[in-house]
Amino acid sequence: MTSTVKLMRTVFADTVTDALDLDPRLAVVTADISAASFADARARHPDRVINVGIREQAMIGVAGGLALTGMRPVVHSYTPFLVERPFEQIKLDLGHQDVGAVLVSIGGSYDDPSIGRTHQSPADVALLDSLPGWTIHVPGHPDEVEPLLRDALAGDGRVYLRLSTRENAAAYPVDGRFTVVRTGREAVVLAVGPTLDHVLEATSALDVTVLYASTVRPFDHAGLRAAVAAASPNVVLVEPYLAGTSAHEVTAALADVPLRLRSLGVRRDLEVRAYGTAAEHDAVHGLDATGIAATVRQAIS
Amino acid sequence: MTQTKQDLAGLFERMTGDEKHELAAASTLDVLWVLYDRVLNIRPDNADDPDRDRFLLSKGHGPMAYYAVLAAKGFIDAESLDDWTTFGSPLGAHPDHVLVPGVEISSGSLGHGLGLGVGTALGLRAQGRTARTFVLVGDGELDEGSNHEAIALAGRLGLDRLTVVAIDNSSSSHGWPGGIGRRFAVEGWATQTVDGRDHDALFRALTAEHPGRQAVVVATVEKKES
Repeated sequence: MTSTVKLMRTVFADTVTDALDLDPRLAVVTADISAASFADARARHPDRVINVGIREQAMIGVAGGLALTGMRPVVHSYTPFLVERPFEQIKLDLGHQDVGAVLVSIGGSYDDPSIGRTHQSPADVALLDSLPGWTIHVPGHPDEVEPLLRDALAGDGRVYLRLSTRENAAAYPVDGRFTVVRTGREAVVLAVGPTLDHVLEATSALDVTVLYASTVRPFDHAGLRAAVAAASPNVVLVEPYLAGTSAHEVTAALADVPLRLRSLGVRRDLEVRAYGTAAEHDAVHGLDATGIAATVRQAIS
Repeated sequence: MTQTKQDLAGLFERMTGDEKHELAAASTLDVLWVLYDRVLNIRPDNADDPDRDRFLLSKGHGPMAYYAVLAAKGFIDAESLDDWTTFGSPLGAHPDHVLVPGVEISSGSLGHGLGLGVGTALGLRAQGRTARTFVLVGDGELDEGSNHEAIALAGRLGLDRLTVVAIDNSSSSHGWPGGIGRRFAVEGWATQTVDGRDHDALFRALTAEHPGRQAVVVATVEKKES
């Protein structure tokens, strides 16, 4: 999973910097992390590019206040400091105020495990999923970032864009619907964001349908139903964050279908107290090709 | 329409069932009246005007005084006070700005209004508007660490259209050595401490110019009984 183009983070900074010149509604709020990436933008728009320092509660609160005046804040930090630390501000200063914002994280669940548990946030999507009204994008390739971001910037709602250094080899369309990457008969494997390449490798010799999702909220119920109707009600959900985060969406989409569902993702039953590489952590969680293949084989056995 | 401070007591008493917070509600009554009667350019007919002043009630508990003033100024019907906190009423024990005309923020959980207020002041400034932002907090509420992120941040931003009113009824469990104003002053805020029941003193403090920096007005009222 190596990038052949810009990193997602670079695409994000470039896209927002460009958009700031064109849309006076936009504002950027950072808490030191990536602030340097917006230095040029801040020089041109000092009132709309705001670095609050290492103050994540203020970061979200300020964004909420900006939105209350009709502006469109883009808020950015490393995943745990964007979602977990100021979670009550996300709930109240954005959701309860009924205002929008675009939250953009980097770091994924464990992009760099060498920096330890404090910089891991596998529960981010599950946390935001506990709040109403969030659109959640999990791109798997840098080329998917700009269209998702430009659509979010032009809107008014609450959008979370989860960026990662983990990438697939190819980009797919980002129209909110699941993409059918491969068709088969024995199971439907739904790969979210950067898990796709491992899923394709794991299922290369198996008779299964592979769906790809870069948008998980809203969840493409119709796309999943169509895939299951053409294959089997035997679903394997592969998410790069907390295992089972979208299981309730799968069961809701297939409420009238006898269903077998297996959920792969970051394990809920342990804290991996180890450093090392993302690939090593993938193996622990069964998110490498070997682990995914084992789960899919069990599902179709 | 009720228009005088004297009528507020009658409006206040229409709301029953939150006696736990009556003192908290009463502590804000004079400040709220002075703001809405003499300071803010907010009226029911300009409640959606982007150039209106903003008033953010951060200390959302005990909102009876707030609702009474909003009723007195015509934002809500006085009759709506009678069934407050019931399922069909827009008036809860913590206010919801989606439900109540004239309420700028939903509040209740302490320590949110200051961050929102800094963002509001930044947003108005970025749009070139001269509207002012007022945020009301309590001295107990200032225990929340989130306030201190906002106090320090605002101190670096020169938000001279932002004023915080800190109601001091000595309810903070561990107090503020040297007074609340000192905590703001160290971050560069203009500070004044006035009698929270003295309308003329409040008016002068709330309308004082503070060019280049934001201001806090500490409004001291009678000590909260435990």
